[in-house]
Amino acid sequence: MAAPFDLNDDSVVVIIGTGAGGGVLANELAQKGVGVVALEAGGRYLPQDYVNDEWESFGQLAWTDARTTSGDWRVAKDFSGLPAWIVKAVGGTTTHWAGASLRFQEHEWKAATTYGTVQGANLLDWPIDAAEMDPWYTLAEDKLGVTRTGDRPGLPGNNNYKVFEAGARALGYEQVSTGRMAINSDESRDRMMCQQTGFCFQGCKWGAKWSAAYTDIPEGEATGNLELRERAHVARILHDDTGKVTGVEYFDAEGNLQMQKARIVCVAGNTFESPRLLLNSASSMFPDGLANSSGQVGRNYMRHVTGSVYAVFDKPVRMWRGTTMAGIVQDEARHDTSRGFVGGYELETLSLGLPFMAAFLDPGAWGREFTTALDSYENMAGMWIVGEDMPQETNRVTINSDVTDQWGLSVANVHFDDHPNDIAMRNHAYKQGQAIYEAVGATRTMPTPPYPSTHNLGTNRMSANARDGVVNRWGQTHDIANLFVSDGSQFTTGAAENPTLTIVALAIRQADHIAREMAAQNI
Amino acid sequence: MMSDTASPKGLTRRQLLSRATAAGASFVVGAGFLAAPDAAWAMETVALKPETMATLIQMARDIYPHDKVGDEYYVVAVKGYDNADAAQGIEAGIAALNAAAQGKGHANYLSVGWERDRVAILRGMQDSPFFQQIRGNLVTGLYNQKAVWPIFGYEGSSFEMGGYLERGFDDINWL
Repeated sequence: MAAPFDLNDDSVVVIIGTGAGGGVLANELAQKGVGVVALEAGGRYLPQDYVNDEWESFGQLAWTDARTTSGDWRVAKDFSGLPAWIVKAVGGTTTHWAGASLRFQEHEWKAATTYGTVQGANLLDWPIDAAEMDPWYTLAEDKLGVTRTGDRPGLPGNNNYKVFEAGARALGYEQVSTGRMAINSDESRDRMMCQQTGFCFQGCKWGAKWSAAYTDIPEGEATGNLELRERAHVARILHDDTGKVTGVEYFDAEGNLQMQKARIVCVAGNTFESPRLLLNSASSMFPDGLANSSGQVGRNYMRHVTGSVYAVFDKPVRMWRGTTMAGIVQDEARHDTSRGFVGGYELETLSLGLPFMAAFLDPGAWGREFTTALDSYENMAGMWIVGEDMPQETNRVTINSDVTDQWGLSVANVHFDDHPNDIAMRNHAYKQGQAIYEAVGATRTMPTPPYPSTHNLGTNRMSANARDGVVNRWGQTHDIANLFVSDGSQFTTGAAENPTLTIVALAIRQADHIAREMAAQNI
Repeated sequence: MMSDTASPKGLTRRQLLSRATAAGASFVVGAGFLAAPDAAWAMETVALKPETMATLIQMARDIYPHDKVGDEYYVVAVKGYDNADAAQGIEAGIAALNAAAQGKGHANYLSVGWERDRVAILRGMQDSPFFQQIRGNLVTGLYNQKAVWPIFGYEGSSFEMGGYLERGFDDINWL
C-alpha cells in the first residue's frame, strides 16, 4: 500500500508532529518500507517562504495557540500565554533551531548515580548510555551534516564569536570554538554553504541549516511510503477494549473531525502537546490519561537552565551578522560540585535583532536604564546559557479545563519553579559570562532573564521501571505496546547540551526498533 | 485668566502652545491638529483630542526615551490609538495621568519640565492597565518600525544582499 493512505487503513504508523523527532522518524520508517501517515498541526513553509524579519517570522512560524502558565519562573509573568518559543509548521522547531548539535557527556546519561541525592529533584538514570548511543549519534551527525564531526570543517567565526572567543581565552577557557553545528561549512554536500546571513531562528533562507522541513520530510515522501497531512490537529488517541491504541481523531485543514486508523501511534508534538494529548485522551479504561499508570505523564518538565548575557562595548560589534549560534565555551559543562551545583552548562553565542532585543532584554523594563542599552545595540555582543536543570515532579504540564483552544480542546497549563540548583547554576553562568565580556573591555554587561523556552523536555520520561516513567528504552510506553513517544518529552534528564541531536539520534534508533518489531509481528 | 488646572478644552491655542513648549516637547497643538514646530511631521487627530495625542507622544518618549529618535517615530507608534474604539480608554488614561501630575503640583503631565519628574509620575501608575497597554504596544510599535532600525545601526534583512559572507560578518578590527 502506498501513500496516500485510506482513513481506514489500519496498517499504517501514525506519527503526530513532524519536528526533530516525528519528522526524522517518519522518514526513517518510510525508507524501511513502512507506511506512515504524519499529522502536522501547522502548515508547510520552505526556505523561499521564510522571512528575515523577527516579528513577521514569529507570526508565520511560532506556536501561538492558547496555553496557560503558573509558577515562579519569570516567563509566567512576562509571557503568561507563551511559555515556549517553538514552531507550528511542517518540520516543527527544526525550522527555528540554531543548529547546535552536541552529544550528551557520558555521565549525563546517569544523572541520579553521578549527582546522588539532590533535595527536591526527581533525578533518574536513563536506561541507556553513551556506548549504546554512540552509533546512533554518528548516524544523526551524518544526517544533519554536523560540523567538526566526520570530515566536516568548522564554521568561520563571526564578529560576535570573535568578541566571545577573545574574552573566553583571556579568562583561561580552553574549549572554545565555533562549535558543532548542523549548518553547512562548505559546498560539498547537498545543502548550500552558510552565507552568514543571520536570522538562523527565522528559518534558513539558504537551506544551509538542517531542518526536517526540506530534508527528511521530502525524502520520506519521495519513497511513496509517507503521507504528510498538514494543518491536521490531533484531538485524541483512540484505543480498543484490550487497551491497544487503534487510531487518532484529528481536525483536518477544513476543521472537520476525521479518524485515522493505525497499527502504531507515535506522539511527537513536543513537550507540552505530547502529554496534553495523552491526558486529553483519557477514557473509562484510562481515567488518568493514556500511558499514565505511573502518574508521571506531564511531570518532570525541564527547560534547561537558561539566560543570556549581553554586553556593550565602546566600539561596534554588529553581533547580528552571521551564524547566530556558532560559538561555544564548553569548559563549564563538566560536573564539578565545587562551583556550588551539580551538572554543568554551555555558553553559546547568541544574538537578537533590535525588535526582539527590545522585547527580551529585560521584559517589562522601561526608562533610560533600559533604553540606553538599546542605544548601544550596534556595540553589543551576546551569549546564551544552556545548562542542566533539575527534574521536579511538580514542574508539570496539566490540563487547564477552564481554557480551550480553537478546536474546543482543553489547553495545557505549564507550571515551573526554579530548583535551587538551577538558580545557583544560572548565577554562576551570569558571573562567568559577564567576566568573559569584561575581559575584553565591556563597558556594561547585562544578565538577561530566560526567554520563553525553546528546549522543552521530560514530560513523558524514559525509565527502566514502569513505575518511574512513561516510556521504556525504546520510547515505547510502558502501558501500551503500540503507543510510542518520539520527541524530547521522553528525556529522563536534560543534560547541558542543546537537545536536537539527541532527539534525532533517538528517533533513528526508534525507527530501527519499530520496523524490526513490526516485521517480527510483535506489534 | 484661566487657572492652571483648567480643563485643556478651555485653554486657548496660545496657552496650549506655551505649555507644550515649556515641557520641552515642542508640539504645536491646535484644533484636531498636532505638529512639530519645525514642520518635520504633522498629524490630524480623528478621535482623540490633539492635546491628548500630544501627551501620549510625550508619555511614549518618557517610557522609551531615545534622544536620537525623532518624535515622528513615536507618533507612528501611538497613532493607532486615534480611533473611535480606543479613544475613550486613552482619554481616560491620559486624564488619570494629568490628575497624577496635578497631584504633584503640576498643571498637567505635559507641563512637567524635567523627564525625571514625569518618570516619577509614570512610576506611580506603572502597574495600571493603561500604562501596561501603552508600554506593551510600544515594544513593537516603536522598535519594529523598519525606519527606526538604521538609527540604532541595525541592518535588518540581509538575505536579499547575499548575507554577510562577503559583507563583513567578521570585520571586527578592534579586538
